[in-house]
Order: sequence, then structure tokens, then C-alpha cells
Amino acid sequence: MRIGDFKATYATDQAIFDSPTSKFWMGVFFVLLAIFPFVAGDYLLFMANLTGITIIGAVGLNILTGFAGQISLGHAAFIGVGGYAAAILATRFNLPFMVCLPLSGLIAAGFGIIVGGPSLRLKGLYLCIATLSAQLILEFVFVHWESVTGGIRGINLAPPEIFGIILDNDFKFYFLTLPLVILCVTAARNLFRTRVGRAFIAIRDRDISAELMGISLVRYKTYAFALSSFMAGISGCLWVNFLKTVTPEHFPLLESVRYLAMIIVGGLGSILGSIFGALFMVIVPEAIKSVLGLLVDIFPTAMSFLFPLQQVIFGLLIVTFLVFEPHGLAEIWRRIKNYFRLWPFEH
Amino acid sequence: MDIFLQLVASGFLVGGIYALIALGFVLIYKATNIINFATGEFMMIGAYIFYSLTVYLNLSPLLSFPLVVAGAALLGAIVERLILRHMLGRPNISIVMVTIGLSSILLGVAEMIWGSSFRSFPPLFPRKPIIIGEIVLRSNLFYGFILAMAVVAIFLIIFKYARVGVAMRATANDQTAAFSMGINVKSIFTLSWAFGAIAASLGGIIIGNVGGVQPTLGHIGLKIFPIVILGGLDSILGAVLGGLLVGILENLAGGYLDPYFHGGVKDLAPFVVLIIILMIKPYGLFGTRELERL
Repeated sequence: MRIGDFKATYATDQAIFDSPTSKFWMGVFFVLLAIFPFVAGDYLLFMANLTGITIIGAVGLNILTGFAGQISLGHAAFIGVGGYAAAILATRFNLPFMVCLPLSGLIAAGFGIIVGGPSLRLKGLYLCIATLSAQLILEFVFVHWESVTGGIRGINLAPPEIFGIILDNDFKFYFLTLPLVILCVTAARNLFRTRVGRAFIAIRDRDISAELMGISLVRYKTYAFALSSFMAGISGCLWVNFLKTVTPEHFPLLESVRYLAMIIVGGLGSILGSIFGALFMVIVPEAIKSVLGLLVDIFPTAMSFLFPLQQVIFGLLIVTFLVFEPHGLAEIWRRIKNYFRLWPFEH
Repeated sequence: MDIFLQLVASGFLVGGIYALIALGFVLIYKATNIINFATGEFMMIGAYIFYSLTVYLNLSPLLSFPLVVAGAALLGAIVERLILRHMLGRPNISIVMVTIGLSSILLGVAEMIWGSSFRSFPPLFPRKPIIIGEIVLRSNLFYGFILAMAVVAIFLIIFKYARVGVAMRATANDQTAAFSMGINVKSIFTLSWAFGAIAASLGGIIIGNVGGVQPTLGHIGLKIFPIVILGGLDSILGAVLGGLLVGILENLAGGYLDPYFHGGVKDLAPFVVLIIILMIKPYGLFGTRELERL
């Protein structure tokens, strides 16, 4: 509950955490995040790392699609580029992880600009088709450029090492994922308080008006592609180092669709939404798996329905959210928060 | 030279079947401006229904065809009425994602009903290969091509002369004007989805007859995109032309380049061409440039 919350200066009005209440709850949240690895089991830690890595990817896609309004069906391929870059840099060039991480982000950003470049003239559906092709072409390269990517067998790599500590289990990796997630989320949240971020939103809302107002479409669309792919690259690098292997199967078209589904379910054009979406899309398949696991005693063949059932529920989620709650989980969260804002008073 | 002609000829036949599937996409896009990512899954469902009717129920193919047409029309209409109707006027990305979600649902349902294993159709056509000069054509492909072209022709005639077809063209041209002329635009939308689903599922039966059916058959639906970029998103004849071109292109690319890349070029080549075309002409080869006003 927050009461007596008045703003006297612009600085307080623009603050991200604009009231003592929200500062308090964020503090509690961070403390919980810090305690989490000490109480959670292996499975939960694994899921937490996975979620964190996914969040970075989802935030990246939301910058491009949710904020700048450019549909991308190739996000998984950019994550793949980051992943392969990380694996190749680490195994061929023996670079330390702390160098690989930003480099794989930059390499992915470079690819983003290459793919985004021709797409600058394309809009809406044509862009959608162009990024789809980029996804398929990159997938082909991952599989068939065997001398570099190792073909379908992929590349195995050693666990990453930071400041002399080898991150060889989920517990240690958590302390790499968490700061990076916080960094990326904060950076993205702040981006939309700057000129660049505002320009993205203007382009999304009406590109022609944006151009008339002096926003260079070419420049800002390129920024959007580069930033989004940079985050994808970071996410890919973490993902590969987490699994200690990279194969083309990790980055299919379906994965791109999954990322799009995440930001839609979470909320397009909302950083918080990307986090919710990523959490949701990691948890739901696991929940389906465990429910089916319980049913095995009654229906011995239940597990064979796992994949199709996940497909159906995945599709249903996308459709239901788009039809009934197009602003996603972030909007539901906002409504819940507003309800409790003045709770227990009604007005 | 023989190989070249052989590749072109069989590519041409495959392309004719692609044309029918692309028609299923264009019919929907033309009337409703919706990019239907689930076209491939409509195709797969059509093929499975046909398979079930002929194999499980032992119906004759001649009876199964109209039943599949009816089933597909129903599916298309239901999908439009239940889901897409709510999406009118929404941004492109939402509509694209709804159809992607739909394709995921259809894929999952098909796998639950029919399982993920591969099934081949009972023979529909005479087995004897067709030999023209030195070119040998698989009979399944040849008769499938003829069937596909016949269906495309029927759709073209409906569009040109039938009252419904004219109403659909009018709606595609200008929704408001069509509405004020007394055309029920909403039912035209439903009808376009029904027509689109029919075309796709008939294409699915033909493809399934050539190469068997499994839930992932719908992936062939991705080939629609190079086709429509080549032929224009809203042109029916363009879809036919694009289909034929893509069929020939992928067969040539597959025939000549696959040995160097250990396979996979066949499916990729159309997309590479697509990117090149889009770089030069952002609205596709025959697409109309969209004028935008503030």
C-alpha cells in the first residue's frame, strides 16, 4: 500500500522506483534472489539459470519487436550466432570467458546489422518473411559449415572460468547469470528513457510520422537490430557455456517462435513483460511434464503425449492471450498491483 | 542436358502442387490481409483426414475427396469465426502470431490423433511412370499435378464468373465499397478461410499421395513464402507462376548443389532467392507497392 506519495521534482517523477513502497518490495525481491541459490535444489537452480538466460534473450527480442515494432522470426538464429561465436572463440582461440562474452554479443550484433540492413526497406509482413529466411539460412550454415561449426555434432567446451573460479555447477553459474540478467534488464529499462529508446517507440507507433519528426529510420532501425542481436548474443553465449555444448538443434525456427510467444504472453513493449513471459514459457512446459509424470501410473502411455500436448498448450496460450489479453501478463500484473495500491480502501 | 530437362520437368510438376497450396494462402491473404502461417497445417490435416477416410473407413477416394473438402471448409470457417474474427484491426504481429499459434495447435492435435509415425497412402493413380521423350516422370507426381491444376482452374473460374467469386474480389479490392454495395464482408471473410483451407488440404492430399504423410508435413507450408514473394502476395495467377518457378528452382538447386553441401540446399535455395529479391524489390517481384498516407 502506498499513501501520501507526492512528487515535488521531475527527478522523483522520472525515477524507476518512484515510491518507498516499490523500493521496499524491490529490496525484498533482491534479497530473495540472493538467498535463493542457498535454499534451492539442483533442479530449481538449473531452471533458474535457464530462465535467466531466456530472460536476456526475451528482453532483446522485445526491444526489437515490442518497442521498435520490427517483427523478427530469426531471434533464435541470432542467439545461435552468439552461442557459436562463444564456442569458437573459446575452443579455437582460447580466449577467456570475460572476453568471449562481450565479443559474442558484438558478433551477433554484427549479424543483426547484416540481416537488418536489407530489412530496413521492408515492413510488416515482408520483414517477417525476410527474417524467416534469415533464420533458415543461418540454421543451414550451422549444420553445413562443418569445418567451423562442427556440423550436427556441434562443439563441446570447457566450463567458463571467471577470476580463477571455474563455474562448473548450477550453483556457481547462478552468480554469473543473475548479475547479467539484472544488468541487461536495467540497461533495457533505462534505454527507453533515452533519445534512442523513445525513437524506437516513435518508429513502432508510426514510422512515417517518426521520420517527419526527424528520426532517421535507417539509423534507428539499425540500432534496434544491433541492440536486440547483442542481447541475443549474450544470451547465446551464456546458454552455450551453461550447457557446455552447442549444436544446431538448439536454435530451430520453433525456438524463434517460442521467443515471440514469450514476449506476447508477457507483454509486447514491456521489459517486465519479457521477464514474465520468459518465466512463464520455461515453467509451463515443465509443469506439463510433471503433470503427465503423475498420470503415468494411471495411463502408462501418458508420456508419449508430452510433445503434442506441449504443442497444443503452447498454441492455445498464444491464441488465448492475443484474443483476450493482448497486453499480456504485464497488464494483468499492473491490474493486480493497482488493486492493492490503495488497499484496503476502495478509492 | 538430360539431367537438366529431367530436373526441370519434375520440378515443374512439384511446382504445380505448390501452386495449389500457395493458392490456399493467397485466397485468405487477398480477402482478409492475413498472413496464414497455418496453411501448411491445414494441408497436413487435409491429408490425414483423407488418409483416415480411405484407410480406416475404406471409403473410395472419389467419395473421400468431397468429404475432405467439406471438412476443410468447416475447419477454415470455424477458425475464422472463433479466432481470426477477434483479430480484425489488430497489428500485423498479433495476427501473424495467432496463425502461428493455430499451426502449433493443429500440429499437436494431429500428433495426438494420428501419432508421429510416417504413413504412406494407398495408391490412387496408375503406377506406370509417364515417359515423354527421354524424361521419366513419377506417375504420382504427374497425376497429382493434373489434379492440382484442375483445382486451381476451378478456383479461377469461381473467382472470375461466380457471384461469390466476384464478391470476394470486390471485398479484396475495397472493403468499405464492397460493404456499401450490399456484400456481407464478414461472411466473405469466413468463406475465404473456407476456400483457403480447401485449397490447402487438397494440396495436402496430393503431396501426401506423393511422399506419405506425417505431422511435420506442414513444414512444406513454409515454401509458400518464397512462392508468394515471387508471385505477389495477392495475385492468384502469381501464386501459380511462383509455385512453378519455386518447384523448378529447388529441384535444380537440389540436383546440382546438394552433392557439395551434403543435402539441404533444395529446401534452402528458394529462401536465398527470396532474400535477394526482397533486397532489390522490397514488395516482391510482382507485388504492388503499398502507398501509405498519414
